[in-house]
Amino acid sequence: MIPIWAQLAYLVAAVCFVLALKGLSSPKTARAGNLLGAVAALAAMIITFIVYELDNLPWILGAIAVGCAVGIPAARRVAMTAMPQLVALFNGVGGGAAGLVAFLELSDAETVFPLAAAVLTVPVGAIAFSGSVVTFLKLQELITTRPVTPPAGPTLLAVSLVAVLVLAGFLYAGDGTSAWLGAVLGAVALIVGVLLVLPVGGADVPIVISLLNAATGIAVAASGYILGNALLLIGGTLVGASGTILTRLMAQAMGRSISSILFGAFKGGSTAGGGTVSDRPVRSAGADDVAIMLGYAQKVIIVPGYGLAVAQAQHTIHELAELLEQRGIEVTYAIHPVAGRMPGHMNVLLAEANVPYEQLLEMDTANGQLRTTDVALVVGANDVVNPAARTSPGSPIYGMPILDVDQSKAVVFLKRSMRPGFAGIENELLYDPRTSLLFGDAKASLTGIVAALKSL
Amino acid sequence: MDSEIALLTVFVLAAFTGYEVVSKVSSTLHTPLMSGANAIHGIILVGAVLVTGHADGGVELAIGLLAVVLATLNLVGGFVVTDRMLEMFRGKKTPPGADAATTSPPATGNGNGNGTGPGGSAGPGHGASAGGAA
Repeated sequence: MIPIWAQLAYLVAAVCFVLALKGLSSPKTARAGNLLGAVAALAAMIITFIVYELDNLPWILGAIAVGCAVGIPAARRVAMTAMPQLVALFNGVGGGAAGLVAFLELSDAETVFPLAAAVLTVPVGAIAFSGSVVTFLKLQELITTRPVTPPAGPTLLAVSLVAVLVLAGFLYAGDGTSAWLGAVLGAVALIVGVLLVLPVGGADVPIVISLLNAATGIAVAASGYILGNALLLIGGTLVGASGTILTRLMAQAMGRSISSILFGAFKGGSTAGGGTVSDRPVRSAGADDVAIMLGYAQKVIIVPGYGLAVAQAQHTIHELAELLEQRGIEVTYAIHPVAGRMPGHMNVLLAEANVPYEQLLEMDTANGQLRTTDVALVVGANDVVNPAARTSPGSPIYGMPILDVDQSKAVVFLKRSMRPGFAGIENELLYDPRTSLLFGDAKASLTGIVAALKSL
Repeated sequence: MDSEIALLTVFVLAAFTGYEVVSKVSSTLHTPLMSGANAIHGIILVGAVLVTGHADGGVELAIGLLAVVLATLNLVGGFVVTDRMLEMFRGKKTPPGADAATTSPPATGNGNGNGTGPGGSAGPGHGASAGGAA
């Protein structure tokens, strides 16, 4: 039995997790909240090593050292732009760990509830793992970001889901003693995870990450239940619940429903996202032209997107904004909730470039202002300003709230090419007569504009 | 059976707590919140250590150790990456040169967790992070 003081310490750690989540919900306290969570986790680990009599101690410490040696540099060196996929990967390995823990506990779980929890955690952990790996591959663009629908996809998914349930049933009936049955269960669940995430379109991937995050939380909670460890139970449940509501909030911000994200592609509704590029004429402009448009405007709104982040141009755009302000021009940034690759991602990137908070407009405010804007400068964004979301019911992004840059007097796109955005659909706005396009790497284009502006 | 019901009670109450705590969050913080929650479920490391500590035989040990490595990645990597993300939000008037100085001390501090406080105050964070940790 664990001593009372240790149980109390676990309780304190659990309370710290609640406070950490609470802290993370507000900008002022977010960092402190995260640190509090880290300290609580560390304390819980130390207690675990003190209280339990553990065999294989050198091995365990070695494995922790390996995990730190890989995880810390990865987390420290990752570019801000690649953050979402790293979070996805960390989530996946957590799910994998929970699945493995449950697998090892299968034969030890004797009573009804813990056995059922173990039998369920193996597949949930495995799904969180393989699903997260697929989201990682999509975000890293190692596989296509478009929805992938294998010909027999829905059938395969249904068959493997049934297989998971049947195998879980057998495993439960056999008191969880059959290790190979557990292994097969895990393996089939891995396939389910892959099949579940493959059909999800690129723009929806962040929501799926959040959903898998919640799944991992539940797997961890179940592991805690099996082991009779209240800290794991509380920590996992907190994440499961908060992850679920966060998934819903994110989906709302994007005007999507969870079921349409997961199963939309199966219904064959994604044909509009064929990604064909038509060869209609567009109006392309040089850096000088853009500088003149901006330099003689009264009000400019910058719409930053993922392309800005990829080009590491957040500092250059800040420089451009300051130059314009010196000329007495009103400059603000319109931030779409999902600009970048994850909700809030763009705010992180611009904060990195010291852009003042007051200049960042949330979507609703920005849409009120765009009507009176002379130039909307869209840097490396596409889907979030695509009017098809308002006007074309067949489009995969229909219904997603967008920034109405088409309402402003002139629009300038800085783009690498005519290639469609992450959702893989064409943007009509590019062919509008009020739109000018400056092709090239966002940073190079912005540097050109800044130079031209200085010599105006 | 009593302790099982007690755990079930804890589960239900924790679920409501988790739901309430994040029910109102601005979209700005969705990414850090997801990342922070992600780090918290890395506490599965406790579970991984427990099962590995009672593993019999090579296969169980190997599986357990794999779980420990994965869970450590989740826990440690998750907190470090969230901290880096949130560090960006603070940046008001940080001189450009100080950036490099800021990144390294807290990160080494995070490696052993309890070093985070001193590391944070060494940077130009005006001790805000250290105060938060305490």
